Amino acid sequence: MTLLHHIGRYTLLIKRAFARPEKHSIYYMRLIREMEVLGINSTGIVAIISFFMGAVITIQTAYNTESPLFPSYLIGLAARDSILLEFSSTIVALILAGKVGSNIASEIGTMRVTEQIDALEIMGVNSAGYLILPKIIALMILAPFLSILSMVIGIFGGWIAGTTVGVVTTPDYVYGIQYAFIPYYITYSLIKSVVFAFIITSVSSYHGYYTRGGALEVGRSSTMAVVHSSVVILLFNLILTQLLLS
Amino acid sequence: MIEVRDINKSFDGQQVLHDISINFEHGKTNLIIGKSGSGKTVLLKCIIGLLEVDSGDIFYSGQCFTTMGQKEKKQIRQKFGMLFQGAALFDSLSVEENVRFKLDMFTGMSNAEKKERVNFCLTRVDLEGKNKLYPSELSGGMKKRVAIARAIVLNPRYLFCDEPNSGLDPQTAILIDKLIKDITEEFNMTTIVNTHDLNSVMEIGEKVVFIHEGWKWWEGTNKEILETENNELNDFVFATRLVKQLKNIDEI
Repeated sequence: MTLLHHIGRYTLLIKRAFARPEKHSIYYMRLIREMEVLGINSTGIVAIISFFMGAVITIQTAYNTESPLFPSYLIGLAARDSILLEFSSTIVALILAGKVGSNIASEIGTMRVTEQIDALEIMGVNSAGYLILPKIIALMILAPFLSILSMVIGIFGGWIAGTTVGVVTTPDYVYGIQYAFIPYYITYSLIKSVVFAFIITSVSSYHGYYTRGGALEVGRSSTMAVVHSSVVILLFNLILTQLLLS
Repeated sequence: MIEVRDINKSFDGQQVLHDISINFEHGKTNLIIGKSGSGKTVLLKCIIGLLEVDSGDIFYSGQCFTTMGQKEKKQIRQKFGMLFQGAALFDSLSVEENVRFKLDMFTGMSNAEKKERVNFCLTRVDLEGKNKLYPSELSGGMKKRVAIARAIVLNPRYLFCDEPNSGLDPQTAILIDKLIKDITEEFNMTTIVNTHDLNSVMEIGEKVVFIHEGWKWWEGTNKEILETENNELNDFVFATRLVKQLKNIDEI
């Protein structure tokens, strides 16, 4: 019953968020700002984590395939497929759920408990649309770029680590990342990143928007936003994988 | 004029407002007073539509607000000005952006016109030159004055103030009271002030409504409040030893 209550309330909130904006120019300005806050400001963490994850995937693959039966170019192939299929979309989305999700929930939650959302409503502004819609669109626009950035840096990190440690040579690694390449994997990954961006922003906004109480509840909303966004991302990862790769 | 007719409101089966009917007069400063927990904030939130009433109606200049569609409610809300207890300024916006917000959202004014209007409103609340400051850089009294400037920027017909003096020193509280009274007369608005500050009652209460345990207990002017025989109101008004002594001196 509680789950149904939350799903119903979430659906109504998102419907309100997608209502016609009062003034497009204001929403456009907010969109630009949110693209910077949610997307551009996340490039650093995405780049760092992608680099090290790519490095770890490459080294782990190398040590687990130490056999004459496995050609060393398979290290590059395994790193490429792991990064393209799962890491650059799902793991990056989980990282963003932590960074961006908590940011959104605490920002909107603080606005709720300090009556700033009430102030918007009293002015005749659709608070859900004004606060939530630009965040959703901003991250949905930038998530594919973050995903591509993650792919490039992850594969680069794998190459640096692999050649530095000496588990793979540059020609083998390059051959591996080109071997049996299926371009659709990139499309698949980008589609997932867009869906996950919607989940992160909308679920986190929901938790922030319905915060009740004070500072303690804002913190609780922020935590719940990260937990629920992560669970929903994993659920949709399963559904999308079945739908897009079957 | 704002008419409230037979309003009832309950939360989780506990009734907070009982059959409240009040006429808030146009061009006057109307005060809702009562103890903490008496239901006055719930009443104000019902009047402005932040809470839905269980039964009863609210009329703005004859238009029934409770049965209006969302679109009509949004239109009528553009005629509202609201001063929240904590000012509720937008933290990420400067003083100028806060005051200009409604102009950006609802008018097609040029930047120069907006600037002129913002400066007029800030001057009106004695905050000229503070345009670039952020809410975190303002004192409590300054925040309230910015909130008043934001409330009056679009020439509202209705002004609502929830505990405008809470957290302010007595001198600043008097300034805020005077400002509310002055702009009510200047802009010819219907103003409703929710307060438990007796100084406000005496300074600006042209019409006073006393709410007790969710019931409308008494209605009158600030002059009549001192002579009433209503026990609950007397307990509220003469709660402190100082005021009791002043009353006794006055009687002697």
